[in-house]
Amino acid sequence: MSLTSPDGKTTIEPDDSGWATFFRRLTTATDWKTGLVIPALAVLTALIIGAIIIMLTGSSLQETLQAYWALLEGSVGSLRAISATLTEATPLILTGLSVAIAFRAGLFNIGGEGQLLIGGMTAVLVGFSFTGLPWFIHLPMAVAAGFLGGAVWGFVPGFLKAKTGAHEVIVTIMMNYIAIYLTGYLLKTALFQREGRNDPISKNVEESAQLPKLLGWFDSAMRVHLGLIIALIAVVLVWWLLFRTTTGFEFRAVGANSHAARYAGMSVTKVYILVMVIAGGLAGLAGGGQVLGVLDRASPGFSAGLGFDGISVALLGRSNPFGVVAAALLFGGLTAGGQNMQATANVGIDLVSVIQALIIIFVAAPALIGAIYRVKTDASSTQISQGWSS
Amino acid sequence: MELQLKGITKQFPGVLANDDVTLTARSGKVLALIGENGAGKSTLMNVLSGLYHPDAGEIIIDGQVQKFDDPGDAIKAGIGMVHQHFMLVPVFSVWENVVLGIEPTRAGGVLSRKEARREVKEISERFGLAVDPDVLVEDIPVGIQQRVEIIKVLLRGAKILVFDEPTAVLTPQEVEEFFGIVAELKGRGATIIFITHKLKEALAIADDITVLRGGKVVGHADPATATPEDLAAMMVGRDIELVVEKSEAEPGAGVLELADVTMLDDYGRALLKDISFSVRAGEIVGVAGIQGNGQTELVEAITGLLPISRGRITFEGKDITRYSPRDRHTAGIAHVPEDRNHMGMIGSFSVAENLVLDSYYAQPFSRGIRLQGDVIRDSAEALVEQFDVRPPIISNTGGALSGGNAQKMIVAREFSRDVPLVVCAQPTRGIDVGSIEYIHEQIVKKRDEGKAILIVSTELDEIFALSDRILVMYDGRIVAELKASEATPTEVGLYMAGRAA
Repeated sequence: MSLTSPDGKTTIEPDDSGWATFFRRLTTATDWKTGLVIPALAVLTALIIGAIIIMLTGSSLQETLQAYWALLEGSVGSLRAISATLTEATPLILTGLSVAIAFRAGLFNIGGEGQLLIGGMTAVLVGFSFTGLPWFIHLPMAVAAGFLGGAVWGFVPGFLKAKTGAHEVIVTIMMNYIAIYLTGYLLKTALFQREGRNDPISKNVEESAQLPKLLGWFDSAMRVHLGLIIALIAVVLVWWLLFRTTTGFEFRAVGANSHAARYAGMSVTKVYILVMVIAGGLAGLAGGGQVLGVLDRASPGFSAGLGFDGISVALLGRSNPFGVVAAALLFGGLTAGGQNMQATANVGIDLVSVIQALIIIFVAAPALIGAIYRVKTDASSTQISQGWSS
Repeated sequence: MELQLKGITKQFPGVLANDDVTLTARSGKVLALIGENGAGKSTLMNVLSGLYHPDAGEIIIDGQVQKFDDPGDAIKAGIGMVHQHFMLVPVFSVWENVVLGIEPTRAGGVLSRKEARREVKEISERFGLAVDPDVLVEDIPVGIQQRVEIIKVLLRGAKILVFDEPTAVLTPQEVEEFFGIVAELKGRGATIIFITHKLKEALAIADDITVLRGGKVVGHADPATATPEDLAAMMVGRDIELVVEKSEAEPGAGVLELADVTMLDDYGRALLKDISFSVRAGEIVGVAGIQGNGQTELVEAITGLLPISRGRITFEGKDITRYSPRDRHTAGIAHVPEDRNHMGMIGSFSVAENLVLDSYYAQPFSRGIRLQGDVIRDSAEALVEQFDVRPPIISNTGGALSGGNAQKMIVAREFSRDVPLVVCAQPTRGIDVGSIEYIHEQIVKKRDEGKAILIVSTELDEIFALSDRILVMYDGRIVAELKASEATPTEVGLYMAGRAA
């Protein structure tokens, strides 16, 4: 695709596939307008449409406002609500980072779900297999196992992409299926299955490998755990890696223009493999955090779509590590608040999924937001300038 | 049909691309629109073809004010564009390409092949284009492909034909034939607008010449009396020196040596055939040739971006045939790539990042895996100053620079390295004359420091201005090696066309 800018110079978009270009433009916008204004307006619009949907199902305006009040209360209305929001946001930060770092290198990691499952399984395995270890040895071991499990699952599509050109989207989707059924199978093996149970459920994680509750001393109902701190450290590390190291320079160069990266002597194949290992590891860490910090065991479907939600989080966060935190907090808050809304205002939590989906639609189609609010967006301006090269 | 543009103004954020442009193209005449890149030619054409809406001004055809909402309206009004980059489907036949989008159909939407072929054949014959409607587009030479584009616009009823840099991809012989077609179209009353930056062609073919600079019409010229120097001065707004001052070369030891280098593509066709030559310290070797005769492959073979199938490449006595691009970079080969935007820089990276694009991994720009931001910034500040990159703001993105300044940035990155060999592919393609002068001076300076320089250019003027020795490429071979001081452009032109071989 070739774009002609106003002064007549031609910019050739390097990547050959259309959606790679699309996602690059979507996720790596650097100016504040597309980075902040569009997502904010997308959230606002989605909430307004969400309200209309509630009213269409027969609620009055007052009931609708009550539902939204319950949503707000359930996400930030109390210390418990905030704890719930943070707990929900923790895995989303990591899966969001996983998708974001791959985006930066020009890869679309749909495999967060599978990487999270495998990471969770390896973490739980280490978590229940050792007894009598002190926590400061056992816990880091289990967390590292989560990272490694996911990393292995990410390595496969990275390697296949680098060596055979197999498209990472296809391979990661298939790897998700493998992970789902492999998890189901493993949970019924003697190695994983809890004694005396017939259903697929793993042994419990030893206490020495559980992520401690951060506020448990204060109120035992507050589930926010050490995984949040690990996730935030990962955010800073990913930011540092991307923007302060030669490795990140290579990631970003390959993502922005793989031809220029090759010209500059970078190994595109090395970048593909390495970034998928890291992306897989981050998603695996999310899985580890869930089994070590929230569930204390693994059961089928413990991934709960968190890997897929990571795609939304990365999109909304514009593939920026700190943007991912903001997006994860928003989605975590919607989930936590949605539970409260369901319990107190009689509006189903499904509405939260609708709102999240609407947010993503508006972020993915900035021209829509541009048309509604008369903001000039990236997409609409490039649309016009798509034409003849000089 | 007579086409008039009156006061066309088009503003983009930060750029006034067209500023009160007024011009007239007459029926049966050729209007040449000349100007440097960035002068506003493309914007003007996009306005004319309905792709942009002007902020002010009118498009008038035969006295009627036109309003184009989209390109379809412009086509209906009789405007046909022939783009520099053809928009053809290679695996479709000529007639299929021509009728694409306006296919004649029978009842029920069935394609009427017979009707379509007949229409294409008829137009081809009427205008003396001699195109076989049944061959596949991928099997015909570029010059014929251009005729397919012409048939396309004629079939859509175009009376006003706009050619955007039509000769850029043609061989000299094809250019002659193209001029013949233009004369034929003109004789039949077509209105022709010919966009170019090649002054000699404008003088050869046009009835009127309009010069654009900085979005404005800066003058008109009569081809009967104007000289290339007059036009060049109008285009850049000052008298320019097309000749580079340089002394006789004093070549030293051989730096780069190619022996029987052959490169095959995936289908076993030879892209490079038995190429042997050397470049010595302190000389500039210029590779001339029409685009697509293996120059790109030659450069990529030397810089390691494409593998060669046979032969040997030696650099300073070391066999580097199997070296990776990174190894060749560290060994001491600098490379200004042919395609600035595609390869030479990353548009979304800052100027500072682009200035270390291929040296970020080494001291002092990084330690271990840590980039040394301060060192990178200080070096970038010094380089934009030294190489006159404007604006000298290193946090701007590379994509925000004009073509000439982007090229100066790339030249700054590559020339600031103290290495024995510099390979420059199309070092001044599509950039303003001021930047061309500057880059040429830098190249000669580098030579005088005793470096070996290989220049690949499709511009004969550039080859003659810079080279000490000239190699001519045709069809993947070096067909001639000439001493620059003894060769003439005509002679080189003949070799380029593959005739004297």
